[in-house]
Order: sequence, then C-alpha cells, then structure tokens
Amino acid sequence: MSDIALDRVAVPLRRDATLRRLRFVVWTFSGSVSAVIGLMLVAAFLLLAAIGPWIVPYPADATGAMHLAQKLQPPSAAHWFGTDEMGDDILTRVVLGTRTSLWVGALITGIAAAIGVPLGIVAGYLGKLPRAIIMRVTDVFLAVPGLALALAIVAALGAGVLHGVLALAAVWWPGYVRLIEAKALTLRSEPYVEASRTMGAGHAWVLWHHILPNCASPLVVKASMDMGLAILAVASLGFIGLGAKPPAPEWGAMISVARSYMPDWWWYSFFPGLFIFLTVLGFNLLGDGLRDILDPGSARG
Amino acid sequence: MLRFVARRLALLVLMLGGLIVITFVVSNIAPADPAALAAGPDATRDMIETVRHEYGLDQPLPMQFLRYVSDLLHGNLGRAIQTGDSVSDDLARYFPATLELVLLSTAFAVIVGVGFGILAAVRRNRLFDHAARIFAVSGVALPAFWAALLLQLVFGVYLGWLPTSGQLSVATAPPDPITGMVIVDALLRGQLGVAGEAFRYAILPAFVLALPSIAAILRVNRAEMIEVLNADYVTAARAHGVGTRRVIGWLALKNAMLPTLAMIGLRLGWTLGSTFLVETVFDWPGIGLYAVSSALASDFKPVMGVTLIIGITFMLSNLLIDLAYGWLDPRTRTA
Repeated sequence: MSDIALDRVAVPLRRDATLRRLRFVVWTFSGSVSAVIGLMLVAAFLLLAAIGPWIVPYPADATGAMHLAQKLQPPSAAHWFGTDEMGDDILTRVVLGTRTSLWVGALITGIAAAIGVPLGIVAGYLGKLPRAIIMRVTDVFLAVPGLALALAIVAALGAGVLHGVLALAAVWWPGYVRLIEAKALTLRSEPYVEASRTMGAGHAWVLWHHILPNCASPLVVKASMDMGLAILAVASLGFIGLGAKPPAPEWGAMISVARSYMPDWWWYSFFPGLFIFLTVLGFNLLGDGLRDILDPGSARG
Repeated sequence: MLRFVARRLALLVLMLGGLIVITFVVSNIAPADPAALAAGPDATRDMIETVRHEYGLDQPLPMQFLRYVSDLLHGNLGRAIQTGDSVSDDLARYFPATLELVLLSTAFAVIVGVGFGILAAVRRNRLFDHAARIFAVSGVALPAFWAALLLQLVFGVYLGWLPTSGQLSVATAPPDPITGMVIVDALLRGQLGVAGEAFRYAILPAFVLALPSIAAILRVNRAEMIEVLNADYVTAARAHGVGTRRVIGWLALKNAMLPTLAMIGLRLGWTLGSTFLVETVFDWPGIGLYAVSSALASDFKPVMGVTLIIGITFMLSNLLIDLAYGWLDPRTRTA
C-alpha cells in the first residue's frame, strides 16, 4: 500500500523538480568554463566518431592503402596532418581512430561499472560478511598498480585490442566498488531510508528508489573521468605494441610506428598524440565540471 | 602509534598474499599450453609431457599454487628466454634503474608541484596562476609517451640541451655498482663528473614521469594555500607583524606536507605503471623496458616477475606514506 501512495505523490513533484534542476544545470554549466570546454571537446569527438567515415578526405587510407609516391609528406593543403610511411593521409587515420578509442573507453568503463556497482551496493547496503569479503578482494586489487597488472594480463592473453579492453576492465572495477560502497554505506543509515524501511519498503524498493538514484551523480562523474583515463590506457598499450596492430587506425599504435620516424617526420606522431590528449582532456574537464554541478559540497580549488 | 604500525604490517602481509593469488591466476589464464611454450617450438609430444611433469603442470591447481608460492619464497621466478638468466637475477639488475627514475621523478614532482602551487596561490588570478591552472588540468591528460617524444624533439634535437636515451653516454664508463643506481653510485665513488652526466640523462625521463604528479600536487597545494591565506589565524599573525615571506614560507611548508603526501600516494600507482612507457621511449634500462621487451617476445615469466616487484614496491611505499601520515596527523591512525 505504501508503495502506491508514495509513487502517486512523488511523480508530479519530481517532474517539477527535474525541470528546475535542468535549468539549474544549464545555468551552472554556463558558469563553469572548464565544464563548457570539456563538454564541447567531448561533443566534438563524439561527432567525429559518428560521422568520421563520411567526412574524411581519403577513406581508403584507414585500412592500409599504399601510395608510396607520396609518403612522409609534411602537412599541406592536400594533407592537413601530412602523410605516413605508406603515404596514407594522417588526418584520415586519426579521425577514424576516434571511433576505436571512444568505443574501447566506453567498453572498459561500462564493464568496470557493471562489475563494480552491484558489488559496491551489496557491500555497502548489506554490510557484515559480504562487505568484508568484497572489500578485502577490492583492496588487494587496488593495491596493485593497474597498468602493470593490465600489461601482465595482456601478455598472458596475447596482444590485441579486445584483450587490452578485457585486461583494463579487469583492473578498473575496484574503483567503482570503493566509490559505491562508501556511498551506499552512508545512505543506508540516512533517516529517509530508515523511514521507508520502517514503513514496509522492501530491500529492492529501497535500492531502486533511494540508493541507486543517490549513487548516480558520483557515478557519472567517475565514469566521465574514467572514459578519459581508459582511452589513455588503451593508447598506452597500443604504443607499447600490445594493443591494436597496424594498419588498424588506433592512436597509440600509430605513435608506436611513428616513433621511429622522429625527429624528422615529427607530424606523424604529433597529431595522433594531440587527439589522445584532447579527448582525455575533454573527459577530464567534463568530469570535473560535472562534479562541481552535481555535488556542490565537494567543490574545492 | 605502535598499534597502528602493527595493524598496517598485518594488513601488508594479507595484501602480499592477495597479490600472489592474483599473479597465479593471471599466469593460468594464458590460452596457450604453458608446457608446450616452455618446451620450445620444435618439441615433440613426449618432450612436452616430460616438461609438464617436471614443472608439476600435470598436478591439480591447488598443488600447483603451493609449488608457485614455495618457488616465490625461494626467490625462484623462473628463467627469462631472452636474457637466458633467471628472472630474479634480471630483476635485481634492472630494478635499481627504475627505482632511481621513480625517486627522482617524485622529487621533481614535490619540488615543482609545491613551489608552483604556492606561487600560483600567492599570485592568484595573475598570469602565472592562470598558466598554472591550465597546466594542472591538462597535465594529467598528457599521454606520457607522447609528451616524452615532444620533449625529446624540443630539448634533445632542436635545442640540443639534454640527451634523450639511455643512462650514460657509451663513452663514459659507469661507476662500479654499490646500489645499482648510477647517480648514487657515482656520488659514492666520488666521480662527480659521471654523476652530473647521469643526472643530465635522467632529467627528461624523470620529468616526463613526474608531469601528471606535478599537475596534481600543484592543484592541491594551490587550493590549500588559498584557504590558509584566508584563514583567521593568518590574519592574526599578520596583524601581529609577522612578515609576508615568513607567513607564506612557514605556513606553506607546514600545510603543503599532508596533501602532498596524500597526492604522491594516489599518483604512485599511475607513476609505476607509466615507467613502462617512459622507459620504452628513453631506452632506460629498468624493469619497465625489461617487461615490455619480454611481453613483446611472448616471454611471460619476466612480465610476472616485474608485476610482482611493482606490486610489492607499491604496497611498501603506500605503507611508508600511511605511516608518515599517521605520524604527521594522529587523527588518521584509527582509519
């Protein structure tokens, strides 16, 4: 009975509040320079990933076409970012690499959250033995440098983008457990949560209506930050030679090849790196701005 | 304090156990048959089975785990195919170079991060502050390997100020090893010239490794300093005639300690992970380069050894940081 009553009252109120909150978000966004820049960068890269194949000047160059007559040309009107050792247009390859990077970033973050969030909720909300077990395992994983462990996993599985994604997701989930566990732990003893429990709400109802919505904003902030860091990590594996294999247009792998063409053909490694930098920067700024907006209490510096 | 130390030590043992389990699991996820790998490409079926029996790979997993733990405790990490030496010997040879790089980069991070953070806070909203804030935000987004290539290009090639690869020039004889860290050894042997040269070789890699930490430390120190400068007791101190320099110097150092320590702890995992990249770009003969070249050659034992060593280093340094934290701020001892 209480379920129905609560829902009826909550819906109109919530809709009104949502509208007001949306207006507030727009207002706060416009006040935070870094959030706006971050949002613009992320939007630009999402757009590039979406329409990349239709706007690049030489679509065939992505799959390793050869034009040896025009190899290693400096940036020019025909090739804005220059050409690589195969004569392929670097702009084309870098733009098409956006899709790969965003995909793997989203995959890693998604898998990590899908593992970490349920575990964190179980640990924080149930407490006791489940919490002790989950948090001990999490602590052990957190006590190993992620990139080092990921490298070991990729070395065991064999090089490749998919293996890189699996390896990084395998070292990335503990952060989510930590975050959600702490949040769920404090929420559990909030008066309104205890009140709804007293009024007969089941665990599932409380989780869905109180715990999850309140975990949403720190989750969004962390996911945004992690998108950037995951993209950076995948590019790092690609650079080492354990990620994507050329001629696949992946930024890290491109720089890995381009390294041997330094310093004379600097543009070859400069532009893929610039794209990595701007993407990661965009997600970081967005996450930072989102934190100020969604969680004003933590705003500092 | 003693109880705090004891509890942290007990936790460390637990963590080490966890690390061993993780590395064991990772060694067993390899899709390839480890016995076939160890026996080599031309091995016959019989040879593979012999190797399997010899390595205990035909035993059930719990037995294999016990054998793995006992090997670890005896310092036996297997043999590296590339160097032909035992992995533990290789690690002992390559680890000091990595340690030297990480220590130097931490020193850079603290000095530059704290210094620039304070300077930015003091010159709030002036040009330096804006530049520092842009760097603080963008520094953590810099791909280490790309930043390394760019710095090599500018400082190594165009300006010609700094060397870009290795620890010493080929013409210079390295000092006889004591610690294995070239700069330290050269200083201990009294070879100042060699120490200076080794330092010049280390500047760029250590700086690249330090970049994200510099950004993070700068950020917390700037925020901390701004808060402190506006605090009542600072106003009171000034009203009593304490000079600006002394206020800043005294407060800055005191207040910079805790957040800086915390930041080093937070960034350390990322720093240790990044040594793989930085050592690769600068041909720095540390365990990172060793692990990468082994991984590329599908030589798995050295990679596992490096992961273990890095895990242990990370845990030990986190322990040290926690202890220092507990010593500086007694409130954290209960946590």
